[in-house]
This record gives sequence, C-alpha cells and structure tokens, in this order.
Amino acid sequence: MPDLPWRFILILSANGLLVGSMYALVALGFVLIYKATDAINFAQGEFVMFAGFLAAGASNLAGFPWWISALLALLGMVVFAFGLERVVLRPLLGRPVIAVVMATLGLGFVLRGTATLAFGGGTQTIPLPVGDEPFLLGPLILPPIELVGAAVSLGFLAAFGWFFLKSRIGVAMRAVASNQQVAMAMGINVRRYFALAWALAGVVSALGGVLWGAMLGVDNQLALVGLKVFPVMILGGLDSILGAVVGGLIVGVVESLSAGFLDPLVGGGTKDFIPYLLMIAVLMVRPEGIFGRRRIERV
Amino acid sequence: MLALNNIEVVYDHAILVLRGVSLQAKEGQITALLGANGAGKTTTLKAISGLLRSERGEVTKGSVELDGDRLDRLLPHEVVGRGVVQVFEGRRVFETLTVEENLTAGAHSRSDRRAVRDGIERIFSTFPVLEERRHLSAGYLSGGEQQMLVIGRALMSDPKVVLLDEPSLGLAPQIIEEIFDVIRRLKQEQHRTVLLVEQNASLALGIADHGYVMENGRIVLDGPAATLRENSDIKEFYLGLNEAGTRKSYRDVKHYRRRKRWLG
Ligand SMILES: Nc1ncnc2c1ncn2[C@@H]1O[C@H](COP(=O)(O)OP(=O)(O)OP(=O)(O)O)[C@@H](O)[C@H]1O
Ligand SMILES: [Mg+2]
Repeated sequence: MPDLPWRFILILSANGLLVGSMYALVALGFVLIYKATDAINFAQGEFVMFAGFLAAGASNLAGFPWWISALLALLGMVVFAFGLERVVLRPLLGRPVIAVVMATLGLGFVLRGTATLAFGGGTQTIPLPVGDEPFLLGPLILPPIELVGAAVSLGFLAAFGWFFLKSRIGVAMRAVASNQQVAMAMGINVRRYFALAWALAGVVSALGGVLWGAMLGVDNQLALVGLKVFPVMILGGLDSILGAVVGGLIVGVVESLSAGFLDPLVGGGTKDFIPYLLMIAVLMVRPEGIFGRRRIERV
Repeated sequence: MLALNNIEVVYDHAILVLRGVSLQAKEGQITALLGANGAGKTTTLKAISGLLRSERGEVTKGSVELDGDRLDRLLPHEVVGRGVVQVFEGRRVFETLTVEENLTAGAHSRSDRRAVRDGIERIFSTFPVLEERRHLSAGYLSGGEQQMLVIGRALMSDPKVVLLDEPSLGLAPQIIEEIFDVIRRLKQEQHRTVLLVEQNASLALGIADHGYVMENGRIVLDGPAATLRENSDIKEFYLGLNEAGTRKSYRDVKHYRRRKRWLG
C-alpha cells in the first residue's frame, strides 16, 4: 500500500472545515425555517445570492464602505424575508406543503432573474478588508477570507445556539417547532415566531451572502451555495442546529477531498456531486441523519 | 363566569358539529361536561380557546363570554392573555423540550421573569416527581407524569379559567386519584374556575359542582353534580349501573335506548 499523502489530506481537510462552517451558516437559515414553520425554503441559495448583490451593489454602485454595505445587506434581507413571510407565505398557511415548496422554488427563479436585470450579468466583488496573502500554520495554507468566513460563521452559530437553547424566546421557538397547535394553546403568538424565523433566516443569508460573495464573487452562480444545504441537512439531521454544523463540516471536508483527489483523476466536477452521493447513502442507512433525533415513541 | 350562549360550530364550512350549545362555568367552581365519543366536548373547549380556527372550524352563531367580554373573535394567544387556558386531551407535551422548558413555554404570556421562576417552583411542589425529572426531555416521561406536566404547564400562565380535556384518559387509578386531587385543589386553594371534560362521569361528578351532558352537539341535560349523580339516566349510560347497582347488559341498554332517547 502506498503512503498516503498526509500533508495534502491535512491541507484539504483544514480548508474543508473552514468552508464547511460557512455551509453550516447557510444551512442554519434553512433549518430555522423548516423547524419553526414546517416550510422548506428552496430559495435559500437565492437569498444568499440576493444578499451578495445588495452588498456588492451598495459598495460598487453607491460607493459605500464595506461595513455600511454589509449592514445594508443585513437590513435589506431582514426586511425582505419579513415581507415575504407576510405577503407570500402567510396566505399559504395550512395549505399542503407542496404549495409552499412551489412558492419558494418560484421565488428563487424570480430572485435570480431580477438580480441579473438589476445588476447585469457580470461578476461583482465585495471588497472586504481581508488580504490575499495565505496564512501559514505548520503545514497548513489557510486563505484569510476562509478564516474570516469560518470565524464569523461559527461565532454566529454559537451565539444563535445559546439563544435558541437558553433564552425564553428560544424556548418559545422550540415549542412552536415541536407542536404549533399546543404552542398556540400556551399563549404563544405562533405567527410572530414565524416572522421571527424568517427574519433570522434573512440575517443568516446576509452574512452568508457577504462572506460567500467576497470569496467567490457575486453573480447568479452564488445561488448554487444553496444546493449544498440539502446534503448538509440530511447528513446532520433535519432538526438540529448542532446537526447543521456537523453536516456542514462533513460536506466541506468531503467536497475538499474529492476536489483534491478525484477531480484530477476524472477531469473535475466530482466535488459537486460527491456530497449528494453521501447524502443518498445516509438517507438509506439512517434517515434521521447523523444527529437528528429519532422520534420518541412511548408505548 | 365563563358563558357559552347558544353557539354553533361548523368545520370546513360544511360540517355542523355544535348545534346551539349553552353552558356556564361559574367562578371558582368545577363544571363537568360529560358525553360519549364524538359528542362535541373537545370542540366546545376549542370554541372557547380559539383553537378551532387552526382546524378550519368556526363559531358561526352565538357567543363565548368571560365576565361579559367576548372571547369568540380572539386569537388563541389573546384568549390565554385573558386568563383562559386549554389543556388538550392526550397529554400533548413538547416532547423535545425538557420538563422545565415545557413549564417555561407555558408561562409565555407572562413577562415577569421572577414570577415565572416562582411559578415553576410552585408546580414542582405540587408535582414533586416533575422536579426530579426537570432536565429530562418530556417525551420520555410516563403517561401520568406527562398529564401532570401538561396541567402544570397550563397553570404557568396563572389562568382564571382552566379547560381540562379528559385528564383521566388511559391512566392508572391511583394516578387518576392524584390528578383529580390536584384539580380539586385548583378550586379550593387557588380559586380557579375549572371546566372539566370527561367520559368518566362518576369521577367527574365526584368533584364537580355542576354538570352538563352533551349528545350529538347539544346539551341534553344539566344540573347540580349531586343531582346528576342520582339521575337514573346518567347512571345507566355513564356509570353503567342500574337501580340495583349492577352493570346493565349492552342489550338492555340498547332496548332502553330504543324506547326512549334522551329528552330528544
Ligand atoms: N377538525 C375537524 N374537522 C371536521 N370534523 C371534526 C373535526 N374535529 C372534530 N370533528 C367532528 O366533530 C364531532 C365532535 O368531535 P369532538 O372531538 O368535539 O368530540 P368529543 O366529544 O371530544 O369526543 P371524544 O370523547 O372522542 O374526544 C365528531 O363527529 C368529529 O368527527
Ligand atoms: Mg374529545
């Protein structure tokens, strides 16, 4: 057996973990909506893209400094998600799940189309004040934007996790996620928590949009980040936040390793579908995901 | 006083389930609402708590009033805000939340953190077994513990009126006794108004002040609990006893039914 190229594996894994944290952040937006409102937001990737355009537009067209642009993207996304819940999703409450799925799917295409109309087809940049010089740590080569992205993502996930588990509002959000009707009976204004979940998804998308946009550039392709949400969720389990983090890290590492090892062999492209292969395998073996709860059944 | 004035409830714009129900739950009293499966007892409670709407149901006639204020146009959380809380049948705890978090969720309508903490301790002194399990996911509690939890959770909003739906269902006799003792104390020590839905008439009439009997979406009989306990119809149909105190056979009851339907 030939010696494994350990150093290469290490480098790829480290980059995978960093990028994976950023996937976890985007996946959080998706889990929040799913847990709190039972809706599946197929436009999560487009949310990220839209936020990226807002930030890029604010700095490139209007000439705002990066932090004002980021803040505007944040505000814009919260207002957008909040309004979306009010105008489009609320009337769909109580309708079959497919109605919401179709609505968000449609919304995704609308967002892509309007973003191209408004900002043109070119790739824009978000000028975050992070250098290009890679950070060397032992054998590792870490791009600064990935370090910043991972730090912001993990920081936000930790803060949100604390809020979700410990605060009274977090308890109420989990109560709504557990059983909407009973939550109502306990005096919880369920609609307000739906709106809160969407607003938070807006915040997450804005962070994701700025970070991913700064890393990849902002154009229609940025929405593809959203596609990774599904393997992340299935691997982590559809109903837990820790699951989203672990799922994100796994997808990041798997993707990075297949880009490093398989792509050169077959000429590229494996990193886009290997996470899905893994997802299908997990679905077959452990449908509730690695960290998802099995339903508690009492007899 | 909680009063239902001739309410009619329709599900899905088509299915008429309550056909003019009037009843009153007097302040500081326990009122029992009895009836067979499908009579409309749960629907009556949901009409009060505003939860009908989440099941495509609607109060189409009549009114629900608490001390003269209408409740039937309010959203469920607004009804809780007015001091009326419903405990569902079937022990519907938030399974993934811990015992303590279930109680915290029950106190959502209250803003005073201190009151919430004190409330939790009070529930724990009423149900010590819940304190032992305070950090356990509620889904893992036994049936009796879950029933205690859902009652405790409802009390966390410090309600004036508690609507209890079949708290005895599927529980062992000695747990039922414990739960009913707590219900009695809701009235005696905490002076809350209780509307108690039960299929177990003898149990309910044992602690109630007043009782109503429902059949097919109508109230067919009502009176002081003591009177109902002596009523021969109630004995036959709900307590399953005839004059001699022995169980009537199904055939006898059927025969009796053919001869005379209840006041209708
Ligand atoms: N959401 C609903 N949609 C349509 N019909 C309903 C709905 N909920 C209840 N019903 C019907 O209304 C009638 C009364 O139901 P309800 O649950 O109020 O009875 P109940 O007296 O509580 O019975 P049980 O003792 O079995 O709990 C039943 O015939 C039932 O089928
Ligand atoms: Mg019922």
